[in-house]
Amino acid sequence: MSQNTHVATEPHSLDSLVSDWTTDQEVFKKVQWGKAMMWIFLLSDTFIFSCFLTSYMTVRASTLVAWPNPSEVFALTIFGQNIPLILIAIMTFVLISSSGTMALAVNFGYRRNRKATAYLMLATALLGATFVGMQAFEWSKLIAEGVRPWGNPFGAPQFGASFFMITGFHGFHVSIGVIYLTIIALRVLNGVYDRNGKYEVVEIAGLYWHFVDLVWVFIFAFFYLW
Amino acid sequence: MNHATTAAQTSPGQAEGHDDAGQQHPLGVYFKIWGLLFVLSALSYAVDYFGFQGLARWSLILIFMFLKAGLIVSVFMHMVWERLALIYAILLPPLALIVLVGLMSLEADYTHWTRILFYETPAAIEPVEHH
Repeated sequence: MSQNTHVATEPHSLDSLVSDWTTDQEVFKKVQWGKAMMWIFLLSDTFIFSCFLTSYMTVRASTLVAWPNPSEVFALTIFGQNIPLILIAIMTFVLISSSGTMALAVNFGYRRNRKATAYLMLATALLGATFVGMQAFEWSKLIAEGVRPWGNPFGAPQFGASFFMITGFHGFHVSIGVIYLTIIALRVLNGVYDRNGKYEVVEIAGLYWHFVDLVWVFIFAFFYLW
Repeated sequence: MNHATTAAQTSPGQAEGHDDAGQQHPLGVYFKIWGLLFVLSALSYAVDYFGFQGLARWSLILIFMFLKAGLIVSVFMHMVWERLALIYAILLPPLALIVLVGLMSLEADYTHWTRILFYETPAAIEPVEHH
């Protein structure tokens, strides 16, 4: 940090807001650049997912054909019982659990607990992979039932396009996240961050992972429940 | 938020000058939020399971959604402990999306009524196989 410039120490004060944005060199004082850049990337990703969800809103609100009922489309028959939306509910719990283990991993990282951090991250990646697996199952099921981007047997043809685009892009993010977390976890296990002292790398990976969970919250609400 | 404790808990060996490098908080906080997210998700699912409709449905969905999103961003992503400059830089720009959603809902409404006018009857474009 520059010695010549005034940097407010109280991080929530308006004084800090003004001084951060008006002094030279860097805006986010005392924030690691990697973390600030990840936040900015996530901000741009927010706009991408918002565009998908907004276009979904537009086609759903403008079609004259009834929108397929997600509660029925995503129902599964388990032990002879037809349970509405159950697969999506399980996927939601899996993803939230992965966010929980990730949050713990970040915490253990800052406690310099190498093994706990690595194993919790690997657990997160495993839960993420489980989520992607369930999504692959869901896609296969819908494709077998005749859902296509241009039409489906249940109602409005835009349903397929919205479904594949939104869940596909989210699933892609989860898949990339699984790879990302696995790489960082292995580096943690190898002691890379013990040597260079940069455990914030774990927190930055965590930001990405929590964002994936965050996006799912919106997809779950708008696409599956609405 | 209690920043005095946050600053006091910073870990040793962190990069110089980065006084919030160590986002160290008691583990209990994470378990509580984790539990809350489970409860809120279960409640969201219950909205569908018990077949709430109309105003109750979408207001409950939105309430649970925003509560979950808020908990994830503020605690799991540590936003409550970040500097105001970062909080504003990240949380203010998405407000522009309100404009996009507003414009697109006007557009959707317009398209909807145009289709009603020009397709004579909705039945004319119903698919053969109907649910």
